[in-house]
Amino acid sequence: MSYPVLKGVGYALVNTPDMIVHNGTTQTTEKIVNPESEYLKVIGDHIRKYEEVLNYAPNQVYIGNMKPEDLRGMEMPWADKGAKTAERFGKFGEIMPQDEFILLMKNADAFELVVLEKEFTEKTRTKLGAHPLYANEAAELPEGAELSVIEALVADHAEAIYNDGKLVGCVKRAHDVDTNLTAHVLFENLVVKASGILAFKHLIATNGFNVEDVDYVIECSEEACGDMNQRGGGNFAKSIAERVGAINASGSDTRGFCAAPVHALIEAAALVQAGVYENVVVVAGGATAKLGMNGKDHVKKGLPILEDVLGAFAFMIGKNDGVNPVIRTDIAGKHTVGTGSSPQAVITSLVAAPLDRNGMKITDIDKFSVEMQNPDITKPAGAGDVPEANYKMIAALCVKRGEMERTQMGDFITNHGMMGWAPTQGHIPSGVPYLGFAQHDLTEGDLNRVMIVGKGSLFLGRMTDLFDGVSVVIERNSGVTEEASSVSHEEVKNMIAEAMKDFAAYMLKE
Amino acid sequence: MLVLLGAAEAEASGLAAETVTNGDPTYAGSLAGVSLGLRVYHVVEPEFKEAVNADVYEEQIGMMEMVLDVDGIIEEMKTIREQFCKF
Repeated sequence: MSYPVLKGVGYALVNTPDMIVHNGTTQTTEKIVNPESEYLKVIGDHIRKYEEVLNYAPNQVYIGNMKPEDLRGMEMPWADKGAKTAERFGKFGEIMPQDEFILLMKNADAFELVVLEKEFTEKTRTKLGAHPLYANEAAELPEGAELSVIEALVADHAEAIYNDGKLVGCVKRAHDVDTNLTAHVLFENLVVKASGILAFKHLIATNGFNVEDVDYVIECSEEACGDMNQRGGGNFAKSIAERVGAINASGSDTRGFCAAPVHALIEAAALVQAGVYENVVVVAGGATAKLGMNGKDHVKKGLPILEDVLGAFAFMIGKNDGVNPVIRTDIAGKHTVGTGSSPQAVITSLVAAPLDRNGMKITDIDKFSVEMQNPDITKPAGAGDVPEANYKMIAALCVKRGEMERTQMGDFITNHGMMGWAPTQGHIPSGVPYLGFAQHDLTEGDLNRVMIVGKGSLFLGRMTDLFDGVSVVIERNSGVTEEASSVSHEEVKNMIAEAMKDFAAYMLKE
Repeated sequence: MLVLLGAAEAEASGLAAETVTNGDPTYAGSLAGVSLGLRVYHVVEPEFKEAVNADVYEEQIGMMEMVLDVDGIIEEMKTIREQFCKF
């Protein structure tokens, strides 16, 4: 069996300070239920500048300028400690500022729904024109509109777009009565599309891929696009493929809350291994709704609002090239309907069961990438350290299975785990932020086998209260791209000849 | 009647325990200012562990017992019970 490989990654963060206040649901809800609240009065003092967002260690890890190991020794909170580097661009992608991203939203807009102010457009067009991946898009942007036009549209159901506290544009609604085509929904969907395009472009550019070689795209964020007759009809994937010039690609959307990226990874690997497609890209954009989700707790603790970036990623799965790490589609775990919800049952089904089926031990996995939420964000909000909790559970399962002593749990967590660095954007932390490092660790590095685990809570959609999760192992490539077929051509010829002879003898007898 | 908790850490356990004994400390829900004084235990406390089938306990909770800060939870639960439990 020839396994598919992880060919490359692209990661992007977008710093969106104004969108925290105007589009994050914690803030928009507060404006409705408690408009005079102290939180809304002081929130402006807790929003970081772009330079501070760059100079934040977890963000630099996300784009590949720092390694997950660099976070291990850093004293928390990380927010005031700075980073080793405060670069905008990194090995895997970039951290884009809000003004340029607003032009990306216009670029992503296929239905003239985004209207930007004239002066803002021209000023930012020059800035975006210097971007290595967006020079053409910047030049092609249409002229902006007068501010008065935008003010009138905002007064008539359009969703405002702010930059530096000023109105600079809006997203119009696309229908008078359809709640699925309101300006708010279209705003969120255009953000997903635009940030997905950004990560996709980085994937193609940094790896030197030819975008026309992409056969299929799977989008796996948490938004839904469609109208009142098909709320989640889709297809973000194809709309992103179109904008990046993937003219030979089709695509579709995969949903599964926070677990969707790992579902998509397994699906992409299966499509390639089955020979349906040669190169499949998995992509996801970011969610404005989750900006400042834990903002109240951060403000209460005197911290800046740390959920100030949108997250996006893209990665490509392709045919075995004998070099890149292989996706072991035969070592995949799943939380089934019958699994149950106790932590023990969940970890057993995702981690131990697929390894047992392949005669492996938990300790045979060098590194686990679980939900890699940045603990600097979650701990002050009372949600604990999510990756650490997962590693503790995996370690405890190891002890229960007699694979190691209880006293070794601490070492196991350090050696087989990592500190989290991903923004709490739901699907973004789901195992896949490690793929970029995994590609290195399993080729030039010294690891041989890693497991990617995605987990999700389905109750939020009110269709089931089941838990969900899937996992898959990625392994160092043995260098053998095609295992010898068990039956040679010569043997097949002989078998057919034998069968023909038998048939002839049977006919003669008749 | 008793209330059984399964929260993942001491502070959250204490909050839930206080809610069903002294009343909701956050004044957010229907038990704000209502002191029920109920018996309340966390599943990792010895009182509960000794009362149930050891195999079932091991299967359902054994792993989490290794993961959670059991001593911290027990201490928090005891403090709440000593202060507010009426039974």
